Amino acid sequence: MQTLTSLQHRLENKKISSVELVQAYLQHIEKCDPQLNAFITVAKETALAAALKADEARAQGAAPLLAGIPIAHKDVFCTKGLKTSCGSKMLDNFISPYDATIVQKLDASGFITLGKTNMDEFAMGSSTENSFYGPCRNPWDLTRVPGGSSGGSAAAVAAGFVPAATGSDTGGSIRQPAAFCGLTGLKPTYGRVSRFGMVAYASSLDQAGPMAHTAEDCALLLEAMAGFDTQDATSAQHAVPAYQKTLNQSLQGLKIGLPNCFFDQRLDAKMGEKLQQALAVYESLGAKLIEIDLPHNHLSLAAYYIIAPAEASANLARFDGIRFGYQCEAPKSLQDLYERSRSEGFGPEVKRRILVGTYALSSGYYDAYYIKAQQVRRLIANDFHKAFEQVDIIAGPTTPTTAFLLGSHQQDPVSMYLADIYTLAVNLAGLPALSHPAGFVDGLPIGCQLIGKAFDEGRLLNAAHQYQQATDWHRQHPTLCLE
Amino acid sequence: MDKATLTHIAKLARLAIDPAVSEKTTADINNVLKLVDQLQAIDTTGIDPLAHPHETGLLLREDRAHSQIDREILQALAANTNQHLYLVPKVLQSESQ
Repeated sequence: MQTLTSLQHRLENKKISSVELVQAYLQHIEKCDPQLNAFITVAKETALAAALKADEARAQGAAPLLAGIPIAHKDVFCTKGLKTSCGSKMLDNFISPYDATIVQKLDASGFITLGKTNMDEFAMGSSTENSFYGPCRNPWDLTRVPGGSSGGSAAAVAAGFVPAATGSDTGGSIRQPAAFCGLTGLKPTYGRVSRFGMVAYASSLDQAGPMAHTAEDCALLLEAMAGFDTQDATSAQHAVPAYQKTLNQSLQGLKIGLPNCFFDQRLDAKMGEKLQQALAVYESLGAKLIEIDLPHNHLSLAAYYIIAPAEASANLARFDGIRFGYQCEAPKSLQDLYERSRSEGFGPEVKRRILVGTYALSSGYYDAYYIKAQQVRRLIANDFHKAFEQVDIIAGPTTPTTAFLLGSHQQDPVSMYLADIYTLAVNLAGLPALSHPAGFVDGLPIGCQLIGKAFDEGRLLNAAHQYQQATDWHRQHPTLCLE
Repeated sequence: MDKATLTHIAKLARLAIDPAVSEKTTADINNVLKLVDQLQAIDTTGIDPLAHPHETGLLLREDRAHSQIDREILQALAANTNQHLYLVPKVLQSESQ
């Protein structure tokens, strides 16, 4: 397992060059990715050219600290000159004319874009099976999904194709695949990281964040990614703290809230036991465990599946087949052009969510569905605000089960939605949350979710880092691709 | 939702529903609607809707002209353009058509 911090030291001490590093990762991808399908695009030439430049800059003492370290981006982020497909036929021909702000910021910190990772189409899914480029597989067990929608990023990092990757999280899409693949993944507070250049799914819920092996690496990445951006009207004007500097603070006296609803019959029993062991580690580090109540949490799934599709139906209206993206053959009329381009360009889950969202926003249903869901959203957010008067962070499972079998939810989309029951409420409330490895059940990794107050990512990273100093779950890796 | 409503909603969403899958699509959407219907049982009298997590309002930039991306670069992404215009099928038909 290579962390960003270990690679930074090896590059600094000239134990390895960036070109050697990039070549080693590219070879590993070439050999093993056909088994996983984690990448949609591998940027071989541009990555090698950037590595050469990074080595030259380092030799001249003019390189940023992280210069020459490869990273992968979820294919939801625009990357200038590279395909940005969002896992969709609709954008299969789309070469982005500009970089997303986070791509630009990570580039400025010295990171090298090694490629673009597979994902559920337009980030709609929890398994990375809804991709135009075929499903991605979990490196811990090739018969299982890596989670989604940032499944390609999770599989790529877990398999050692790249030391870290970016993801996006609208209802759990960073945390759930991080849990399924044994990684640490952070969804920052809404507005903490710019959404400029991130293809929009549900604009009041979407947030970009890091996926890596350790909380320390997530801290380093978040520092590089976060910050106010004039190009995103919802970007927060909060200074970015030095997250790495607070990683070693003691957890003595930290109050951790445990919501009853996170430990009910929906949680796999073996996972519940492992989670109790993880909580005992936090207790041994000085934290106090306090039972709390989130009385409206069970409504998050219902509220989410109105709000997210409603926003998606508006956001995806931009795909008209005219200005960019897929256009159908020989359209007979403008209406035909719209309908066939969209129907042929979008996959089934995307069409389903557009239809649900259009229905919820349509005349006669707007108040009953959309406004009602927004009222419930406030109740869910208020529950968190109240809980945080009592506790510093909230802990629970990231997912109700371990990674499920490929194809097991394909016939019943609603059953797949249940994979996100513990993560959705966080997006509705706009809070930060992190998933870190907390053990294994039947050979598959499980995740512990930590939820924080708005803009309190530092405390989540600090807690997870301390946990990772006392455990080694984050150091385990699948052997499959290392043979 | 019945098939007629699905057809109406699909038209609003500019989507064509393949007749071969319309039954399955209707059933899937009804399953989603069944899931979200539990919201109706919650008393939300007097609760303001929450549209955005932080309710800070949008931050607006100063209205200032500056060069961004070249028109040629942007229009190169389109299927059909001519003299800086996007080409679409004829919208107004003559009476004989």
